[in-house]
Amino acid sequence: MKKYGKALFIILVLVFLYAPILILMLYSFTNATNIGAMRGFSMHNYVTLFTTPELRDMIIGTIILALSSAVLATILGTLGAIGSFYSSRKASTFINSLNEVPVINADVVTGFSICILLVVVLGVSKDTYIPLVIGHVALCAPFVYLSVIPKLKQMDSSIYEAALDLGATPAKALQSIVIPQISSGIVSGFALAITLSLDDYFIATYTKPATFDTISTYVVNATKGSQTTIKTALWALSTVIFLVVIVIVAAANFRTIRMERKARADA
Amino acid sequence: MHVLKFSRKSLGIPYALFLILFVALPLLVLFYYAFTNGQGQFTTKNFTGFFTDPNTLGTLCYSFAIALVTTIVCLLIAYPTAYILAVSKLRQKHVLILLLIMPMWINFSLRITALKEILTLIEGNLAYYPFLNAVVGMTYDFLPFMILPIYNTISRLDGSLIEAAKDLGANDTSAFLKVTLPLSVPGIVSGISMVFLPAMTNYVVLDMLYNSTYIMGSLIGSYFSAYNWHGGSMIALILLAIIIAFTILTRGMEESDNRGVGGALL
Repeated sequence: MKKYGKALFIILVLVFLYAPILILMLYSFTNATNIGAMRGFSMHNYVTLFTTPELRDMIIGTIILALSSAVLATILGTLGAIGSFYSSRKASTFINSLNEVPVINADVVTGFSICILLVVVLGVSKDTYIPLVIGHVALCAPFVYLSVIPKLKQMDSSIYEAALDLGATPAKALQSIVIPQISSGIVSGFALAITLSLDDYFIATYTKPATFDTISTYVVNATKGSQTTIKTALWALSTVIFLVVIVIVAAANFRTIRMERKARADA
Repeated sequence: MHVLKFSRKSLGIPYALFLILFVALPLLVLFYYAFTNGQGQFTTKNFTGFFTDPNTLGTLCYSFAIALVTTIVCLLIAYPTAYILAVSKLRQKHVLILLLIMPMWINFSLRITALKEILTLIEGNLAYYPFLNAVVGMTYDFLPFMILPIYNTISRLDGSLIEAAKDLGANDTSAFLKVTLPLSVPGIVSGISMVFLPAMTNYVVLDMLYNSTYIMGSLIGSYFSAYNWHGGSMIALILLAIIIAFTILTRGMEESDNRGVGGALL
């Protein structure tokens, strides 16, 4: 009996988290304009989603922004982590503490402060995308840094010394000894950077050009308006994103499970 | 010829410069703007104005109320969920955990849109229950961030401690209250810090659910729309002070490797 109570509790939590998304997915395949009124099957939301230039530009823009800021954040954050790891205690404490700021700070404050510095004080135009990209890198790089640092700590430092003794230049040793050992941290940092950038609303709002929208800023503005075709096309977008996330999570997890099995078999 | 020597330390310089320029400097500028007026003269008017205006004080209280209730609701749902799964011997429990965490990776504005449609269907008109909707929306948005750190902490607990407590005569309830619960405090604190602060500032959730009452974040948004950089900077600074105070209070109790938790499963 107790066991069923526990199972029921977990099921209720899952229903709370997933019922809205699943119902929306179901309705995205109909011509209904509101949840509740069941109508016939229709793919028109998907047609609208992929043929309306405004929606297409917004989706592509969001992806380009996420990829470019994640790449920049990963390079900066990884190099920063390596540099800080080998620096004096004082220097690495300094980088560590500054790195903490965007992590604990509210995104509203981060976005607003970057807007004040770059746009208001320095007069950089938002249309250059520079404030937006800098804002997203400032949001993501600290998390890359935090993903890489533990891998550096776990690393076997004697291999690097051995490579130097065997005649490798420090740059070569770094490239072929250090980087491979911390690669899992770099990859998870990069993945985290992408999800942070994709999910961000506040930094984009305060730093983006007026004519550019990310998925978040677009959706928030669209829900305030009452354009039904756009509203229901966004249901289709939710469905697509949900399916993409499932595939990526399943693939990533499948890979980890397989690697764990392999590790266990090797041991 | 002098060859520039490659040093691993120097790799950190670009990132250190980036942090100084785009993390530290913006906060200094914020500080300057908060205490000056449009003519660049020093003023404490923004500061005293905030603490003497009943409207802004009301906003501060409303933010605290929403954040507090959201945090409690999240904790009441997340702790049992995390506990049941952490102690369960189910072979497929990692799939369940993954399902509970996965919403983190779906764009929050789309998830809130979905929730909004369902709440409209249930309530008829969202305007009837603004506070309830705000709490439901925030809970829906932040619940995974509470579940994951608590789950991590409980599943890493040394099971032999609980066995020892039982060998020494504790029943299930007292073993839980005296061993498991106190030892899961670090996870709870991590979860609270990941829910409470965003719930004070994420005004978009309220906007999307047609709750027009301001929280602290909305004040920054409205000053931003009005190009009032000085007023906005002061609100940002007050928020920053709250965040720093909160972080100092919780930091000691938190489990450090729970930070940056979103990527933990990827």
